[in-house]
Amino acid sequence: MEAASIAGRALRRPALSRLPDRALKWGLTGLAALILALIAYFFVKLYIEAHPVFAKYGVLKFVFSNEWVPSKQEYGALPLVVGTLITSAIALLLGVPVAVASALYVTELAPRALRSPLTILVDLLAAVPSVVYGLWGVFVLIPTLRPFQQWLADTFHFIPYFAGSVAGPSYFIAGLILAIMILPIVAAISREVMATVPVEHKEAALALGATRWEMIRMSVLPYSRAGITGAAMLGLGRAIGETIAATLVIGNAADIGKSLFSQGYTLAAVIANEFGEAASDKLHSASLIAAGLVLFVLTLIINALARYFVIRSERATTRNVPKGMAG
Amino acid sequence: MSSVIAPIPAGRKRKDAIMRGVLLAGTLVALVPLVLVVYYLLKRGVGALSWDFFTTDPTGSFLGPAGGVRSAIVGTIVIVAIAAAIAVPVGIAVALYLVEYGKKSIFANVVRYFVDVMTGVPSIVFGLFIYIVLVLTGVAGNFAGWKGSVALALLMLPVVTRSAEVVLILVPNSLREAALALGAPRWKVIARVVLPAAFPGLITGSILAVARGAGETAPLLFTAFAVNETTWDPGKQMNSLPIQIYNDVRQAQSNIVERAWGGALTLVAMILILTLIARLIQRRSRVA
Repeated sequence: MEAASIAGRALRRPALSRLPDRALKWGLTGLAALILALIAYFFVKLYIEAHPVFAKYGVLKFVFSNEWVPSKQEYGALPLVVGTLITSAIALLLGVPVAVASALYVTELAPRALRSPLTILVDLLAAVPSVVYGLWGVFVLIPTLRPFQQWLADTFHFIPYFAGSVAGPSYFIAGLILAIMILPIVAAISREVMATVPVEHKEAALALGATRWEMIRMSVLPYSRAGITGAAMLGLGRAIGETIAATLVIGNAADIGKSLFSQGYTLAAVIANEFGEAASDKLHSASLIAAGLVLFVLTLIINALARYFVIRSERATTRNVPKGMAG
Repeated sequence: MSSVIAPIPAGRKRKDAIMRGVLLAGTLVALVPLVLVVYYLLKRGVGALSWDFFTTDPTGSFLGPAGGVRSAIVGTIVIVAIAAAIAVPVGIAVALYLVEYGKKSIFANVVRYFVDVMTGVPSIVFGLFIYIVLVLTGVAGNFAGWKGSVALALLMLPVVTRSAEVVLILVPNSLREAALALGAPRWKVIARVVLPAAFPGLITGSILAVARGAGETAPLLFTAFAVNETTWDPGKQMNSLPIQIYNDVRQAQSNIVERAWGGALTLVAMILILTLIARLIQRRSRVA
């Protein structure tokens, strides 16, 4: 009896020494809550600053009206939205297949000794700053690819939006640079997802006599499809928000171009390019902040969808692995 | 008795060879831009480098000598250092909450989700936000280096948290339980057991996040702004390498464009050195 109560008292920590514990717990929790508050504040603040524009045009009219003429106080974001969508689409079309191919090669085909160097090299693409891609685009890519762009426009003139005169800076060049910039993240997430494909599935395919490619097509790709979709969407999020490289190579023309090889504008580019001069003009700066808000909401939706796909693919993996083998 | 396994028909073999070729080609195509960017950085950047390049400020004049990038290098170092000083502790603290306290609770998952969302927010939007909150309101003057740091820190924070969470989860539970069983309070377990065990990984992840942030231009455009003179005072406007390059690219004079290439080479070299340090720490800890 006596001994038990002494032991009980010894085990309980005095209130004073429990204090740092509680402080740490609530401190860390508070910090985490602060992050959420910050994001909420972020959204509200942007909305308030953009409000004059929404009050004048309404959200829909701002997004879908086709006149962006700051000198006439006309702010319709359609040319910017269209430019953002076109360049991002080009980036996905060019970047995702290459990224997925390289991820498949690295995870399934490459000799073991080459895997880590190849991974590092592809990852290095992400270490190059946006402004450096922009610099390279302006002084190397645009002059070099001008004849190629003209050739594309002339040869495939029967495809809609290919024919027409070719500008140096263009949707196409911007899309190409964005493709390079999203490549590393799409490749990295694809590799991660492919690494979770259970070995049993791959070995089963091989044991049934499948060639390597058939094994990839029958076991790896179906298993990682959701994950690759998620990776592509994360890439899309990047492409939409990419600012500096885009503003340097797209030409910054606030009209919807006639073809893929015309100059254009994107939501992010317009902010970088015009915000400096807009500071004194209330409506102009409000409409740029509104452009930022549209961008923010767009990336928010896309990232939410991307997470959904990546998480679904991860869940599918863990669910299908028998319990004993998951450990 | 003949072999049980039938040989693979030629058609399937051919397809296999073709697809392997396609995947290899894709990998090589992915490496082409890296090779090209590095090639042109060296080709056009090395010529710009000189003693003067690193020791003089940009002159700001369009005629005559363009000057070097001293103020930009100093600015980048100061701005990035302050950003790291904000983002790394806060980022790791949020990761600690997620791993040690929040775990699988709904609140923790919400935090996790929004940290992920933050990684997707375009850097220019962070710049706008800091402009609205800190510059427009005139907190301690208008443009200032430290405001650029805050914008960069917002960008780095989610990356630090994500990488720190992965590392903290890897600390074996048996270590935590052993310390708790010896009577250590929770905070001591975190400070003396969890953090030291995860230390190399935390450093690696943080350096990588900082390196990524160092090259960002957009958050600094309307926060730190740009001046030509060197200053170590983050309370004033500050130049930085990305901004210097961005402004130089848009000039026509060849000596200014040359400075852009030299600045780009310098910036990429700084980022690569940081990345390399991070990788070395990672490798050493793995060996140990």
